[in-house]
Amino acid sequence: MSKFQFPQSIKSRPVYGTLAPQPGKAHLMIADAEGAEALLDLAEQDSTIMAQAHIIFIPKGTDFSDKLRALSPAQFYEGPTYEASIQRIRHVLEHAHQGLQVYLAGTEGLMGQAQNEAMQAGIPHTSIQTEHRGSVARRMQCVHCKGITEDVLFDPFVCSHCGLNLFVRDHYSRRLAAYQGVCIDAEDPGNIPDPVELYS
Amino acid sequence: MTIQFNNETFRDDYSFSNSDWAIKRFPFPFHEDSYMYSVNMEQHRGGPAGSVYEKRFDVDEHYVAEMRDRALVLADDPLRCQSLPHMTLAGWDLLELIMVSKSEDYPDLFELHRDGNRWRWVNKPMGIDDTFTFLDETTLPYGPMEYITRQAQGDFCVLDQRDDMLWMDAGMVTTQADWSLDFDIGMNFFEWHAPVPLAHEMGIFQRALKFLLNIQQGSPARRLNWTMTVNPLLDTSPENYHKWGIQKTSLTPENLGAKQHLRVELQTFFRLPRSNALVFPIRCYLCSFQDLMTMPKWGRRLHRVVRDLPEELATYKGFIDNRPMMLDYLSQYDDGLSTSRGIWPDLETEPPLQR
Ligand code: HEM
Repeated sequence: MSKFQFPQSIKSRPVYGTLAPQPGKAHLMIADAEGAEALLDLAEQDSTIMAQAHIIFIPKGTDFSDKLRALSPAQFYEGPTYEASIQRIRHVLEHAHQGLQVYLAGTEGLMGQAQNEAMQAGIPHTSIQTEHRGSVARRMQCVHCKGITEDVLFDPFVCSHCGLNLFVRDHYSRRLAAYQGVCIDAEDPGNIPDPVELYS
Repeated sequence: MTIQFNNETFRDDYSFSNSDWAIKRFPFPFHEDSYMYSVNMEQHRGGPAGSVYEKRFDVDEHYVAEMRDRALVLADDPLRCQSLPHMTLAGWDLLELIMVSKSEDYPDLFELHRDGNRWRWVNKPMGIDDTFTFLDETTLPYGPMEYITRQAQGDFCVLDQRDDMLWMDAGMVTTQADWSLDFDIGMNFFEWHAPVPLAHEMGIFQRALKFLLNIQQGSPARRLNWTMTVNPLLDTSPENYHKWGIQKTSLTPENLGAKQHLRVELQTFFRLPRSNALVFPIRCYLCSFQDLMTMPKWGRRLHRVVRDLPEELATYKGFIDNRPMMLDYLSQYDDGLSTSRGIWPDLETEPPLQR
């Protein structure tokens, strides 16, 4: 599948790369949905890293699990949601030995949150790689009520917590792993443009 | 001089007002008849007597009312004051800087008595007389940064310096021009400035950062920044934008002179001694258009600046929709005469309006 090229943006917006095998004693791979394809490509570059790999995969309705299992990673875990996987991710990171390589692939929301966990666990940023695949939906924070709305694909959208109509900004917080959503009709209440798909 | 503190509000009935003294010393931010972003920084080593540049931390007639407004904002939203765990020492540095500066610069208002680490702080305008142990958090009602910035006008960002970069790792932010500390905390210099148009491409932030990284203890710097605010509202936060945004549509040709305010930030930069952090106080001054127009030079100049400001800046600063109405008002105060250089009003030498 071809990769989506994000347009040039402002300096707080993250940029993602292409996963490449790095020398290391252990390899933690976290992916959701089409992110699996990035892991399959990674294994194709160097299948030997799979013997020390721990894959944490959230399918989100896709059927890549069998293909990932077929890579024979040392450990494979399929989680129903990212939230359900967090405790496991934290546990792995906490008990990581020096030289752990972290590979993140899939949606921005997954990569941003997992990257935070890795940074907080003290993994050097040079040992963390990211590759965007699949949905271009964004994880959004409502600047008003602070609630997070996951997988936002349209602009404007309704905050899933306070119900305000928010427009989608490019300003991004790594700490929150979220973009900022701001009330769109504050100066003209009720005037809410039709939602448009992101990047369309 | 002794300061008469105003009993006034920055919300609801907006009883805020500037005395003639406050208007005369207002930090008008335009030194010429046009404006564009630049690396406009200079040493913060005093200035003309009575000006906002004179003291390290200017205290004016709005002090007590601004602190009351800050307390209201914090009660409503405690996330306006945050400090990441490694920033506590910088908080003590800041507390010391403000207490020492204010007690030396305004001895009739503030007193600091130090006996080793046993400190007594007297803040007369706010009726505070506290004794505590320096560097012992348990002896203060708040963390050191929050304690002292509840008693100091303006917002404060405390920047950690590491890897040749500044990181916004602590702050007290209740009088901001539409940006969120809660969202920006932990960001680096380029990231938190990301939404600003044009300046990145102009190389301004690279040069500004280089300057800031080299600021030494005892050699603070300063610059002015500005925007526009309808009503004298201090808390123009994104958090509350869904509540205050509508006020921008309340301007009419009749009320514009009283309602439209020029909002100027006196931004200063101090290196802190123990933590090597940088503190960035952002002091907000508001002045209505009708008060500004009492200075003929400012009337002429403000019209020209607002008229010729690039569209990107007027949009970013949030007054693009109101610009035509502002220009109708301001053009009455521009007779086309030339203006003297510099930001000072030069009331004695500049000619009165010729109409
Ligand atoms: C380290 C201290 C500084 C901090 C904490 C800081 C913080 C900020 C923040 C939070 C914004 C709002 C961005 C947004 O829209 O979300 C901003 C805007 C801006 N900053 Fe800074 N800044 C600092 C130093 C500087 C310096 C030294 C310059 C020098 C040129 C500068 C130039 C600007 C400009 C031009 C804007 C746009 C303002 C406008 O048009 O109203 N900043 N700054």
